[in-house]
Amino acid sequence: MNRSITALAPAPPKAGKKGRLSYKTLRKLVPYLYVTPATLLLVLLMLFPMAMVLRYSLMDGAIMKRDAAFAGLQNYITIFQNPVFWQSLYQTLYFTIMSVVFHFVLGLAFALLLNTNRVNPTIRSILRVLFILPWLFTAVIIAIIWRLLLDPNGVVNSVLMTLHIINFKVEWFSSTSTAIHALTFANIWAGYPLFMVSLLAGLQGISKELYEAAGIDGANELQKFWYITIPQLMPIIISISLLDFIWTMQVFPLVWMTTGGGPIYATEMLSTFTYKLAFAQYEFSLASASAIVILIISMSVTYFYIKHQQRR
Amino acid sequence: MARKRSFKNSVLPTLLTYAGLAVGLVFAAFPIVWMVFSSLKSNTEIFALPPRLLPDDFTISAYLTIFNDPTKVRFFINSYFVAGVVTVLTLFIAILTAYGFSRYSFRFKNTLNIFIISTQTVPPITLLIPYFGMVVAFRIFDTYLALILTYLVFTLPYAVLLMTGYLNTLPKELDEAVLVDGGSSWTALWRVIVPVSTPGIVATAVYTFLLSWNEFLFALTLTKSMDLRTVPIGIQLLMGQHAFEWNEMMAMSVLGSLPLLVLYLVAQRYFLAGMTAGSVKS
Repeated sequence: MNRSITALAPAPPKAGKKGRLSYKTLRKLVPYLYVTPATLLLVLLMLFPMAMVLRYSLMDGAIMKRDAAFAGLQNYITIFQNPVFWQSLYQTLYFTIMSVVFHFVLGLAFALLLNTNRVNPTIRSILRVLFILPWLFTAVIIAIIWRLLLDPNGVVNSVLMTLHIINFKVEWFSSTSTAIHALTFANIWAGYPLFMVSLLAGLQGISKELYEAAGIDGANELQKFWYITIPQLMPIIISISLLDFIWTMQVFPLVWMTTGGGPIYATEMLSTFTYKLAFAQYEFSLASASAIVILIISMSVTYFYIKHQQRR
Repeated sequence: MARKRSFKNSVLPTLLTYAGLAVGLVFAAFPIVWMVFSSLKSNTEIFALPPRLLPDDFTISAYLTIFNDPTKVRFFINSYFVAGVVTVLTLFIAILTAYGFSRYSFRFKNTLNIFIISTQTVPPITLLIPYFGMVVAFRIFDTYLALILTYLVFTLPYAVLLMTGYLNTLPKELDEAVLVDGGSSWTALWRVIVPVSTPGIVATAVYTFLLSWNEFLFALTLTKSMDLRTVPIGIQLLMGQHAFEWNEMMAMSVLGSLPLLVLYLVAQRYFLAGMTAGSVKS
C-alpha cells in the first residue's frame, strides 16, 4: 500500500477523477511522511519541554509542590536580585569571549601553517591529525588531564619554577585569582580544532587566481592575507564564532569536574549556578527562571547565526 | 618560481613554519602524551620530582585494576550500549528526514529547517529541568530509555543537517532512474541512495557516537544506580572516591578516549569532509 502511494510514476490514466485527486493528495503527503518522525520527536522532546520550563519559571515551587501556585515574574526578580547570578553571567561571558577569540586565533594560525606548501606533505597530513586530537576528548577527561597537569605538585608548576617564572607552587584551580583563567586556558586547548578544521577547508577553497592576480599587482604577503584570505574566510569565521559562542556558553562538565564553580563563586557559570539551584537546593522554579535567561541569550545569538546562514 | 632560492625568501619562512608547527604540536599533544604515560606509572611516581615523562618502571596495574572491577567494566558496557543504540536510531530517522529535505519541496520546509537548525543551540541545562520532571513522571528515571530518548534530541539535529548536506551533493538522476522504472521513492532511498551515501553516513555515525559517548549532564542527573552509569560519570565517581588514584583515573581516561580515537582515525577522511560540509554550509 505504502509503496504504491509513494511511487512517483504517473497513475494509470484510467483512474477516475476522484481517484486521481486522492492520489495527488497522497503524493503531496510523501515528503511529510519522511520528515514526520524527526519533527514529532523534536516537538515532543524539545518544544514541549521548553514550554514546561517556561511554565515552571512562572510558578512557585514547581516539581516540589503538588499544586504549585502561579507566581508571576517573582522568580525572575529573585534571580536578578542575586549577586551570584550577575557574577556568574559576567564570568560566563568572560570565559566564552576569551575562549572564542583564542579558538579563532589558534585555529587560524594552525590552519595557515598546515596549509602552506613549504612543509612536506606527509608531515603535514600527520600533523593535521595530531592537531585535531584535543577535540576528540570528552570534557570530563579534559578536566582531569588539566587537573593533573595544573596540580600544585604537577608538571606545569615544576617547569615554571625551574624557569623561575613563578617562585611558589600556584594552586591554579583552587585560588580565586587564577581559577577562571586556568579553566579558560583548558577550554582554549580543547576547542580550537573546530576553527582549525573549518578554516583549513575554507583556505583550500580560495581560488589560487586571486593570489596570482594580487601578486601581479605587486601585493606583498601581508596584503594578500589581509585583502584576500581574511575576506574570503569571513563567512566561515562568522558562523563558527557564533556557534562556538553558543556552545561555549553552555559549558558544564569542564567546570563541574575542575572547580565545581568555586573557590567561593570564582568560576560559577550560568550553567553551574542553574544546576545547583535545581539539583542541590531543589529550587526548580528559580532554576527554571535562570534556565530561561540562558535560553534567551542562546536564542538571540542563534537568531544572528540563522540570518547569517540564510544570507549565504 | 625563481631559480635562486634566497635565504630570506625561501629558507627562513620554511624554518619559521616548521618552528610554528613544532610549538603547536607541543601545545596540542603534550597533555595527551602526559595522560598516556601517567596511566603507565605507579601512583607514587605521578608527582615525582623532577617530573619525568617516561615512567621509571612501566606498569599496567592501573589497567588491570579497571578490568578486574566489574563496576568499572559496566561503565564501559553502558557507554557502548547507549551510544550504539542512539547512533542507529539517529541514523535511521535522520536519513528519512534528510531524504525528505533533499528531494522534495513542501510547505513549511523552510520553517522546519530553521527549527532544526535552532534546536542545535538549545542549552542542555534548559531542557534538563523539564526532562527531570518528565522522566520521573513517566517512571523512566534511572533507565537506559531516559538516556537514549534525551540523547536523540541532541544528536538528531546535527545528523539531519549533515545527511541533508550530503544527499544534496548526490545527483537527482539517481533516484529518478528508479522512479521511472516504477519503483517507489522508498525503494530509491534504501536501494540506491543509501548504498552510495557511505561517506555521509559514516561521518554522521561517528559524530553521533561522539556526542552520545561524551554526554555528561543528562547521564549525571537522569541516572542514579551504579549499573547505569556511563564512562564520564564513572570517571567523576572515581575522582570523588579516591582523589589520589591518578594512574587509575588516567587509565580510565585513556580507555574512555580510545573508541573515539579509533573511530576518528578509521573514518578520518569521511569525517572531516562531512563535518565541514555540515558546520560550514549546513
